[in-house]
Amino acid sequence: MKSTDKKIIAVILAAVAFLIVMPLLVRKGAEFGGSDDAGSQVVEAIDTDYKPWFTPVLERIIGGEIPGEVECFMFCIQTGIGVGIIAFLLGRFVERKKWQS
Amino acid sequence: MTKRQRKLLIASIAFAVVFGIIPNANAMHIMEGYLPFGFCVAWGIVSLPFLVKGFFAIQKKLGQDRKNITILAMSGAFIFVISSLKIPSVTGSCSHMTGTALGAILFGPSAVSILGIIVLIFQAVLLAHGGLTTLGANTFSMAIAGPFLSYGVYRLCKKSKINQRVGVFLAAVIGDLFTYCITSFQLAFAYPSEGGVWVSAAKFLSVFAPTQLPLAIIEGFLTVVVMITLENYAQPELKSAGYLENGKR
Repeated sequence: MKSTDKKIIAVILAAVAFLIVMPLLVRKGAEFGGSDDAGSQVVEAIDTDYKPWFTPVLERIIGGEIPGEVECFMFCIQTGIGVGIIAFLLGRFVERKKWQS
Repeated sequence: MTKRQRKLLIASIAFAVVFGIIPNANAMHIMEGYLPFGFCVAWGIVSLPFLVKGFFAIQKKLGQDRKNITILAMSGAFIFVISSLKIPSVTGSCSHMTGTALGAILFGPSAVSILGIIVLIFQAVLLAHGGLTTLGANTFSMAIAGPFLSYGVYRLCKKSKINQRVGVFLAAVIGDLFTYCITSFQLAFAYPSEGGVWVSAAKFLSVFAPTQLPLAIIEGFLTVVVMITLENYAQPELKSAGYLENGKR
């Protein structure tokens, strides 16, 4: 990888880390709930007696809300699948370039 | 498995563990059961032609060159990763990004609709995040409207000779924000308040937009990082996808 590109990536990743950590420091004690829940609350504010007419399939099967920890686990799997594919293919690209040059 | 690949794999596992532990929140996507039946069907019908076109677009790209499948898989995996990360924002709530710009730039917006719907189905079934009834609406906002605007912005930047990486950044940022604008309007159409659709849309936007803005910038940065990496290591693929011409940007 070109050294200028390496530097650009380092700077960008630092900026990303800053953007992610900063809110935690600026808004101490904030709840950091989902903006989607907030969206649902707006729905309920506009239409006070609105009831969701369908519950998620998995919640139906297990008969209740998915436990928080389990949800984290599921999200983890999603991230893992994605990162796994990217890392595998990128590893191949990197090796290929190494053998070509 | 080579040493380097093993290192990457370990890094990926560490990455997944670190980011998977961000605490529970439900961000983005219209939640299951929150759109009236008629709207669910309508958005599904609107999305259908894009999906069909996307299917043929992918088929054509792969027919041209089997090599394309690697970066197609990477674009899809990028959406998987990016949309699973819930990130705190300055407003004190969490939301997540879309990650659709990369695929839109490399393969055109319609191809992304297929990649996007795979992610949305995964989240709706296994994560109770988004939903099967709202799948059509969510597909339209995240996997169709966002990528189409991303692609437009990218082409525009390219035509006006703006630095290609800046173009990628802008495409990702604007596409991400646009996804949330569409989500707001989808909710507003279904729930017009006393002042009408626009008042409702403003209400939803005021919930989503300030949270999403910093995240859109993060998404732009990450998309550029992936693009720089691909520029360095996957030149044949990028040429075949039409991103690089003659090996030069």
